[in-house]
Amino acid sequence: MNQQKNQQKNQQKNQQKNQQKNQQKNQQKNQQKNQQKNQQKNQQKNQQKNQQKNQQKNHQNTVKQAFFNTLPVMAGYVVLGMGFGILMRNAGYGVLWAFSMSLFIYAGSMQYVGVSLLSGGASVITTAVTTFMVNARHLFYSISMVDRYKDAGKGKPYMIFGLTDETYSLLCDGKTPEGSDPNLYRLLVTAFNQSYWVSGSVLGSLLGTVLPFSTEGIEFSMTALFIASFTGQWLTSDDHIPALTGLLSTLVCLVIFGPGRFLIPAMLLITLILTLLRGRKEAV
Amino acid sequence: MREAVLVAVMAVVTILLRFLPFLAIRKETPPYIAYLGRVLPPAIIGMLVIYCLKDVNPAAAPFGLPELISTVCVIALQVWRRNSLVSILGGTIIYMVLVQRVF
Repeated sequence: MNQQKNQQKNQQKNQQKNQQKNQQKNQQKNQQKNQQKNQQKNQQKNQQKNQQKNQQKNHQNTVKQAFFNTLPVMAGYVVLGMGFGILMRNAGYGVLWAFSMSLFIYAGSMQYVGVSLLSGGASVITTAVTTFMVNARHLFYSISMVDRYKDAGKGKPYMIFGLTDETYSLLCDGKTPEGSDPNLYRLLVTAFNQSYWVSGSVLGSLLGTVLPFSTEGIEFSMTALFIASFTGQWLTSDDHIPALTGLLSTLVCLVIFGPGRFLIPAMLLITLILTLLRGRKEAV
Repeated sequence: MREAVLVAVMAVVTILLRFLPFLAIRKETPPYIAYLGRVLPPAIIGMLVIYCLKDVNPAAAPFGLPELISTVCVIALQVWRRNSLVSILGGTIIYMVLVQRVF
């Protein structure tokens, strides 16, 4: 009898012990699982936060880069835009005209020509043909940007609209600053440049000729912009044949056709020569 | 009213010229266009340099000297510092001093 009792007691004890052990094990397991889950959740949250922070930093960086790189254009555009505004004012067209032309046409040399078209009473056909001749070079700008703007995002139509000489010269090499969002950078460069041009035209129209200091010669900033980008391009590329083709063809056409209408022949000659040279080995 | 129409014509023609290549080339970029995209930019920048200097007359005083000196300065600064903003500002200031004070 005693033996039986003892056995029962032992069994009970063992059962209790095992139950306790199992409970403890399960508790520990569950605790560990929960801890891991929470850790993972927190990590994910932190990662998301960091990504957002980085994106913000990226955007700020992109805005900064776009602003600094367009500063030379600001100098040139404000001055040239003011020149346009003053011309318009002198021709009898107020600030609203200057503003809307800079907003909707946004083509520097064409707007200067446009002043004389407006005040000279040109016909619609003359205006259309003249615009085509003066701005035909933009066809070539766009042709060379088709590939680069392929995935340009939502801002693409505006980026195409705003592809002026200066914007083109800043973006045509396809390079964007490190650590910046390429499409945002291109969009901002385009928009900053137009804002300078529009502000200049409005300022010129409003302030007219009352300026406290001589700005004579400041228009050279445009020339300097193109020379700097030509030199920069020359330094970073081993293939100088396209650059030389552009320089020499234009010089030849300037001598033959004169300063008034050498641009279109120059573009055709450049395209012809580069097309004929297509078979050659391109140095990279 | 006539003037508003003329402004609209200028705007539409300019916009068409800028958009046409993008509208014409929708799908795959033809290899010839891709080639032009590579070689045209440096050539066009070269053309724009000449275009900006087109009214310089080397036969009459000051014989294009302000432009020549400033151009050399821009190139030298660009080779030295490789910073466009520095080259452009430097060249422009030198040019302004030259045309206002020297020549």
